[in-house]
Amino acid sequence: MASPSVPVLETRDLTIRFGGHVAVDAVSYSFRPGNLVAIVGPNGAGKTTYFNLISGQLRASGGAVLHKGEDITTLSVPDRTRRGIGRAFQLTNLFPRLSVLENVRLAVQALRPGAMGLFALADADAGTLEIAMGHIARCGLADRLDERAANLSHGDQRKLEVALLLALESEIVMFDEPTAGMSADEAPVILDLIKSIKADTGKTIILVEHKMDVIRSLADEIMVLHNGQLVASGEPGAVMGSQVVREAYLGTGLH
Amino acid sequence: MIKSLLSGDAPGKPLLALIVCAVVICLALAPFLFPGTRSVDTAARICIIIVLVASYDLLLGYTGIVSFAHTMFFGIGAYGVAIASSSMGPGWDALALGGAGGVLVAAALAFVIALASLRVRAIFFAMITLAVASAFGVLVSQLYTITGGEDGLTYRLPQMLTPAFEFADFRLFGVRLDGRLLSYYLIFFSAVALFLVLLRLVNSPFGRVLQAIRENDFRAEALGYKTVHYRIVASVVSAVVAALAGVLLAIWLRYTGPDTTLSLDLMIDILVMVVIGGMGTMWGSVLGATIFVMAKNYLREVMGAASALTSDLPLVTDILHPDRWLFWLGLLFILSVYFFPTGIVGKFRRSTQ
Ligand SMILES: Nc1ncnc2c1ncn2[C@@H]1O[C@H](COP(=O)(O)OP(=O)(O)O)[C@@H](O)[C@H]1O
Ligand SMILES: [Mg+2]
Repeated sequence: MASPSVPVLETRDLTIRFGGHVAVDAVSYSFRPGNLVAIVGPNGAGKTTYFNLISGQLRASGGAVLHKGEDITTLSVPDRTRRGIGRAFQLTNLFPRLSVLENVRLAVQALRPGAMGLFALADADAGTLEIAMGHIARCGLADRLDERAANLSHGDQRKLEVALLLALESEIVMFDEPTAGMSADEAPVILDLIKSIKADTGKTIILVEHKMDVIRSLADEIMVLHNGQLVASGEPGAVMGSQVVREAYLGTGLH
Repeated sequence: MIKSLLSGDAPGKPLLALIVCAVVICLALAPFLFPGTRSVDTAARICIIIVLVASYDLLLGYTGIVSFAHTMFFGIGAYGVAIASSSMGPGWDALALGGAGGVLVAAALAFVIALASLRVRAIFFAMITLAVASAFGVLVSQLYTITGGEDGLTYRLPQMLTPAFEFADFRLFGVRLDGRLLSYYLIFFSAVALFLVLLRLVNSPFGRVLQAIRENDFRAEALGYKTVHYRIVASVVSAVVAALAGVLLAIWLRYTGPDTTLSLDLMIDILVMVVIGGMGTMWGSVLGATIFVMAKNYLREVMGAASALTSDLPLVTDILHPDRWLFWLGLLFILSVYFFPTGIVGKFRRSTQ
């Protein structure tokens, strides 16, 4: 465990440009271990792009990403995942023609040593299977085990997306609008999951979410992004009351 | 035991299992069920082509990699045996050395090609393999003194594998017990072993990752898989098995030339067989190869007979003329893709759900 004074994750002046457009503009922030940080901001603010820079899908044009004090700005995506930075995607991103079980099992086996033989039988690995089943049940997909991911409803696909992230058991857990497009009775499954991850471990959670009541009840800190810039951050109560946020975010007519 | 040999991946639906069993039994007993040089030759080719197609399916169907160099690796295995046997003289040592040399060269070449081009885009890999395979073909025809050029090489093998060798002086069910029979079973059992190895591979955790890469390599990376490594291993394994199939062909034909191993026609045939059988199903290669080789070898006869039968109907007899066999083969292919877009095995398996 890193001591609380060393941020588990830090971005320093993190910047990316697409042509002339600066999508993430010199964002500096320190994520302390065990905290849940909510990122808010209107569509196009750069939240997903910020995620992509942290998990490695995009390379920064400037600035740095640090994991436990080490510079990981140029590390590949799988290397970052292996260091314990796991994420789910805003746009569902699964293995469409594989079953629910196979999807989750792939995530479980990815980081389990010895689960990777060329001549072992995948179906014979009881340990991996059991862990996968656990995550599937936790996400409420136990009755859809053999269904292909492509055939699931949108809500179930979102749950599977979260199940893949859970299965990575990473120390830093990043959710990008996990309940977007979910029905009102499905969303609580995901939110309860996030709550339980927050409760039972010292995991650091970064959550992009629009629903203010969710943020109020879950977040330890809030980051407000606007036009790629970090315009406010801190305790939820203080941030949401501040003038700049009302103008930048609430004022844009979301909700 | 059987379940473990089949890696828990039996053909599935009863009808499909029945057809596969029938094919395997026919191949296992071919010298006795269909005595005659031509039919045994067809059976041996089917065994070899099944391995070749299955190893290509590992790339195309399971991993989603398009390669045009598969026949090159097939040829490298065959030329290994051919060059060693013709320069060292017939013998097991030449066979072993040539086979091993061919397999090693294939593995090394596959590794270099994969390392150099799999990091980049898939289309780039396809183009590189096409270029390397073409260059290799030119090289083989230029290095006449070693490879026999366009004429290829004819060579002799250890006595035990030749028709002149009789290991018992009686006949079993009317079949001579000679070196030809031994060669056939060497090929049959090698093909079975190689097929089962591939079947195990695709059902291993490694094989699952290959499918994940085919489905969504972006997400596979996000789960922590270094997809480039997996792609490289898959293409090396696929090349090694193709080279071993080439070794078997070299043993069976006792001749190796560009037409039998390196040609682009053969490469296209392999693609067609993978698609007919069903991409991403090892069993598909058994059916695809069997149907295709049979059609290629016997379609002309069947059409000749049909044409003779319909000699009163001017247009029909023309259409059925044996010279039109390629047209009918093409038509068969189009129809099979239309009715079985996921291949024969895919079609059977889907209907269970
Ligand atoms: N790969 C890309 N190429 C060009 N522009 C991009 C790319 N990714 C994101 N952008 C732009 O960056 C901005 C931020 O997008 P995004 O991070 O998806 O916003 P958010 O997730 O906050 O809604 C948008 O203007 C978007 O068009
Ligand atoms: Mg977004």
